[in-house]
Amino acid sequence: MMKFRFRRQGTDPQREKIKQELFAFNKTVEHGFPHQPSALAFDPKLQLMAIGTKSGAIKIYGAPGVEFTGLHKDTTAVTQMHFLPGQGRLLSLLDDNTIHLWELVAGPPREVGGVKREGMVCLQEVCSYSLPGRPGIESCSATRVTVLLLLRSCELLCVGTEGGGVYFLDLPRLSLKDGQTLLQDQVTQSLPEDYRCGKSLGPVESLQEHPQQPGKILIGYSRGLVVLWDLSTRHANHLFLGKQQLESLVWERSGNSFVSSHSDGGYSVWAVASGNPYTHQPVSSSIPYGPFPCKAINKILWRTAQSGSPVLLYSGGMPRASYGDRHCLTIQQDKEHVTLDFTSRVIDFFTVHSVELEKEFDDPSALVVLLEEELVVIDLQTPGWPSLPTPYLAPLHSSAITCSCHVSNVPPKLWERLVNAGKAQQGQQHTHRSWPICGGKNMAPLPKQQELLLTGHEDGTVRFWDASGVALTPIYKLSTASVFHTDCDPSDDPQDPSNDPDAQQEEEWPPFRKVGCFDPYSDDPRLGIQKISLCKYSNKLVVAGTAGQVIVLGLSDERSDHLVDVSVVDLLQDREGFTWKGHDRLEPRLKPAPFPPGFQPLVLVQCLPPASVTAVTLHAEWNLIAFGTSHGFGLFDYHRRNAVLARCTLHPNDSLAMEGPLSRVKSLKKSLRQSFRRIRKSRVSGKKRVQEANAALAEQEEVAPVQRRIEPRSADDSLSGVVRCLCFADTFLRDGTHHGPTLWAGTNSGSVYAYALEVPGVGLGRVCERSGAGEGSACAEAVLGKEIQLMHRAPVVSICVLDGRGKPLPDPYEASRDLATAPDMTNAHSVLIASEEQLKVFSLPKVSAKTKFKLTAHEGCRVRKVAMVVFSSTAQEDYSEHTLVCLTNLGDMHLFSIPGLRPQVRYDCIRKEDISGIASCVFTKNGQGEEKKSHEGQNTARDCSKVGFYLISPSEYERFSLSAKVLTEPLCSIHLDRPPHFCTLNVESLPLSLPGQTEEPPSTLSSPLLDTPLDSPLSCADLTLDSTGELTVEDVRDFLTTVDEAENNLKNIKEEEGRSTGILIN
Amino acid sequence: MNKNHRVPSNRSLSAVEVKSKFGAEFRRFSLDRSKPGRFDEFYGLLQHVHRIPNVELLVGYADVHGDLLPINNDDNYHKAISTASPLLRLFLQRKEEADHLAFGTDSLTRKKNTVLSAVLLRPDPNRKKPPVIISLPKDFRPVSSIIDVDILPETHRRVRLYKHGQEKPLGFYIRDGSSVRVTPQGLEKVPGIFISRMVPGGLAESTGLLAVNDEVLEVNGIEVAGKSLDQVTDMMIANSHNLIITVKPANQRNNIVRSGGGGGGAASGSSGRSSDSGASYYGYSSPGGIGAAASTPSHIIQNFHPEELESDEDDEDLVIEAGGEAELIPCAPSASYSMPSLPRYEPHLNLRTAAAAASSGSLAMERRSLEEDGTVITL
Repeated sequence: MMKFRFRRQGTDPQREKIKQELFAFNKTVEHGFPHQPSALAFDPKLQLMAIGTKSGAIKIYGAPGVEFTGLHKDTTAVTQMHFLPGQGRLLSLLDDNTIHLWELVAGPPREVGGVKREGMVCLQEVCSYSLPGRPGIESCSATRVTVLLLLRSCELLCVGTEGGGVYFLDLPRLSLKDGQTLLQDQVTQSLPEDYRCGKSLGPVESLQEHPQQPGKILIGYSRGLVVLWDLSTRHANHLFLGKQQLESLVWERSGNSFVSSHSDGGYSVWAVASGNPYTHQPVSSSIPYGPFPCKAINKILWRTAQSGSPVLLYSGGMPRASYGDRHCLTIQQDKEHVTLDFTSRVIDFFTVHSVELEKEFDDPSALVVLLEEELVVIDLQTPGWPSLPTPYLAPLHSSAITCSCHVSNVPPKLWERLVNAGKAQQGQQHTHRSWPICGGKNMAPLPKQQELLLTGHEDGTVRFWDASGVALTPIYKLSTASVFHTDCDPSDDPQDPSNDPDAQQEEEWPPFRKVGCFDPYSDDPRLGIQKISLCKYSNKLVVAGTAGQVIVLGLSDERSDHLVDVSVVDLLQDREGFTWKGHDRLEPRLKPAPFPPGFQPLVLVQCLPPASVTAVTLHAEWNLIAFGTSHGFGLFDYHRRNAVLARCTLHPNDSLAMEGPLSRVKSLKKSLRQSFRRIRKSRVSGKKRVQEANAALAEQEEVAPVQRRIEPRSADDSLSGVVRCLCFADTFLRDGTHHGPTLWAGTNSGSVYAYALEVPGVGLGRVCERSGAGEGSACAEAVLGKEIQLMHRAPVVSICVLDGRGKPLPDPYEASRDLATAPDMTNAHSVLIASEEQLKVFSLPKVSAKTKFKLTAHEGCRVRKVAMVVFSSTAQEDYSEHTLVCLTNLGDMHLFSIPGLRPQVRYDCIRKEDISGIASCVFTKNGQGEEKKSHEGQNTARDCSKVGFYLISPSEYERFSLSAKVLTEPLCSIHLDRPPHFCTLNVESLPLSLPGQTEEPPSTLSSPLLDTPLDSPLSCADLTLDSTGELTVEDVRDFLTTVDEAENNLKNIKEEEGRSTGILIN
Repeated sequence: MNKNHRVPSNRSLSAVEVKSKFGAEFRRFSLDRSKPGRFDEFYGLLQHVHRIPNVELLVGYADVHGDLLPINNDDNYHKAISTASPLLRLFLQRKEEADHLAFGTDSLTRKKNTVLSAVLLRPDPNRKKPPVIISLPKDFRPVSSIIDVDILPETHRRVRLYKHGQEKPLGFYIRDGSSVRVTPQGLEKVPGIFISRMVPGGLAESTGLLAVNDEVLEVNGIEVAGKSLDQVTDMMIANSHNLIITVKPANQRNNIVRSGGGGGGAASGSSGRSSDSGASYYGYSSPGGIGAAASTPSHIIQNFHPEELESDEDDEDLVIEAGGEAELIPCAPSASYSMPSLPRYEPHLNLRTAAAAASSGSLAMERRSLEEDGTVITL
């Protein structure tokens, strides 16, 4: 064996060098909204916002394009975060009761793509601390941290605990100031007898520093007591004897009063007078949503404004019975009162306001609310408090993402029209104030080209995102629901839902206002988008969904009312013996519907049976679309509105295909049912019963170690008819001299069907059409040319036709509009068929195997996603290579040369347990057009590259790059005024020493961080090679086999039964 | 009709009664049992009696067990004569129509179930399934065997499970486990993949080449060390047409004892029923195996012939031309780059020629494709 290993690696150093110049793997940016956020912090000096998550990640955002990420060593939830203002430092409190200090640090300089670059600024943990258990008290919950307060001086951290003690930590060392700890007993002593009642004061709920007098802090205990504590004299200045359980405290700016919020849904204003050390009653107290019992007000903010009365903001406090389940935040100023009604839980919120001590008023300019699923920003300076669109942290998952598609190098014309359509949509809803969180500077140059990411959602919408920058911003949203007649009344215009309800809500109390766009509820799961294909040159879009619907849309700048043509294509083709047991098809709307500017539906094709569409492809030049389901595939001429072909791919034994959406749950249910039936059957005879019990026992004992059955794939495996990929190509199918349009389809059972197409106006047909045969009369035709059955029967993941030079054929229109080099039609073409197990290139038209690579046999991994990519070299300007990129079920990326199929490099990309990540991966493709550009101009670095996206959580895309030539990160800089002495302390507590920082105190860290103009490949209707997001059975098979095995075991035991009863011995 | 001829004939024990069938025609004649002559004389005689002098024939006979066996050389001709009692039944076929499948199955099963029921060496309850094919020698397919005995350490066994055209399942399961290795640092527990159970009647069980608790070391030349159970599963399935597993048998008692260097080669390539099939009855791995395990798989040197690297006859895909015949995809001479470094195993006992194998493959494939998608046939 070693012999072969050596031979395989016996590599040519020359080639190795070229590879290094071509390929490099980098994860670059995370797009979208952090999964499960749990904490929020804001640095008013640097204008940076930090979000902590339940998995221990910290993300810092500033101006669009400025992003930093850090990850705690333990994946524990971040419960609180505080910036050390202006220092680029951050304190985080984790759920495991540890406190961590983070810093923005410049990393060592690196070499990226042959270019020396400054070190990346990254967020690094500097030290951590956890409170020791209080001596004498066993339960450590007494020292569980409930609240942190960072004094303005940034030198002292006050830590409130569950036990009611307040501890003081030196910063930035994070060392406990021993003698200073304030235990509850000290406070209790000074309490009047009647208030004490012998009860403890409860945990510290809130700590607030006096806004005017440093060294004085307000300590609020859960039971309701609030103490104004002087740190220097270590003495209680004032006691506020609140009776209501306390939730939060906030100072008024002047320091003359403060506000407390309570668990009964009320808040109180207390005056701080210097005379009497005790205050028994607040100045005023109110329960805004009373008189019926209300939920607690978790957090309250009191902001003074120059314009008039103070702004009061608080979360919660809803009437328990009627609106107890709402997630609300109230803004009140004078008579104005708005209850923001969110769709997910409020995690935390803050206001952006002036912090300079000289200023007399807070003058809040914006309210930033972190919700569990999105970030909402409210403009507090514009009357009516409208919401601001967020330039990043877009809730990608506002409805669950079901598929995605990337289009690079979008033509400017299309881009402009999309942006306009999007603007028309947003219209009145948002103000145009600038984004309030603007820390740091994005130094990344403007993207050279526009990139689009299209996401399909469960609610039938397709969202268009600007993926050219670090931040993924929404451009335009397309809803396909209006094509159908759905339960929810389609008459109310989805355009502006805000107008109507507002009017009605005038009298409603509380005055709710729906805010945010996260909406996890889908009206009809059948509307879900499964596949998307866009032709960026002809502006045609094909969207296919869960109920077998395929919609062809065209871009229009005008509003239009029209009826959508509907065609039904029966994919079963009279195949008998099948009845569809799944969902019904969607009912098309019969009346003309108004369609706003943007993509407007032209034709609706509905597959029968209405199984989920598993593959779709578009050839705008030929006016053809092809679509496949678990039953077969069809070809449709959307120009002439007629079905050209329908082909059933079902295997006669395939029963699963009839069970509706491709859910494995059903088959699981079925197999369980069968198992039970088997058991029940055998209970009939007494003797059998004993055997059965034995068998069950044997099963239990045997299933315990995970087993895998070794059997070749058989022809009648379930779901063998699922069409996995479709592809149009102008190539040689029938003979070696005449090329013409062809359609290729690959199925789950390793079958490939190739059809020769007659398209009016193309190829052979061109002559007759030009001679006046007329468009109407000529119809596209499809003739079966070849059928290929792959011997190993593995699902066909992708098909791609290579031209005479072994390069993939260009996309439609690219050659004819001179956007790409024309394909070589003189030499023999070949077709690359990628199955789950192997990659194989066949010559055309003879279809004889030329080269192959048996990936599974050699590596033990299966192909999940495949794409053709052009990589250009960092060293040689004009050198590029076509490469096959393939993502396997183990989450690694393999790169192969084509057509030789020689393995080039391998990178670990996604964890293999992350099935949804692997399933959602999309690749961008690269076109030759961009290459050309690079020859002409100075645009050297970022033209030819290759990226991909995959979902790291339901709401986030990770972006990665495979190209060595591309600068992977954008540049951003942040000006810090960090005290120079800062890091020279206690070396022990600073395991990560910071080279160079001591010399240049106010450091400007400039970072090549997440960039985005990363590489922008260009591609057109992109992804000829499928790579979109829904989970198929294949994706989860690894995780289901255990169940299968259990069933198989049972089966086998049954088989053995007849032979002997001694099955327990094995 | 054949009952009539079952009646023992006392007429002459020295004469063999021959009933020869070609197409729909029968010819009867007799031969002298003591002097059968040579095969080519016999062949000429057959052409003569059937009056088909220029037709190339395939000759087969039904033996005592009812198996249809070929006659194509002196040895099997003599064997056929000597065992015929009392009647020697011959079946002739045109060579150009030499559809050995039909030869072995269709014509005879349909008409002569009584005789040929025994063709099913292992009675298959499912009548619809075609029986095991008895083919002509040149079409002998490779069978499951122990291979590379001469180059492997004695403690290891390389098994080739050949599932060509068989309906039998491979029939085994694998699991994770740990094995003990001897290293310079002492004993070390390392994770390994083991055979966990056998499906009764499956290829693995019926050949007796593998046994429960055998440790899997390699799959088709790729070491499994460091690979997960799922990866090994996928590798085995991807190679299932011609699966070569190197195992360390749990039962080390039946190891082939090599007497010096010379004997090894002879043992190599022993076929089918290997002498140590008893292994499957010993499920428990004995600690005695540890010492033997001292030789790690890295010692294994592959006996491998570069020219055999890419004989992919087991892996050819089927292309159906619209309006044409189904044909196998020929391998272009340009040869493939597929894993140039990875060995493909060839059995030492390789009787077939590439062409023959290809044709058998194509037939098998054709049959399969017909049965699986009857409607596909748009030929």
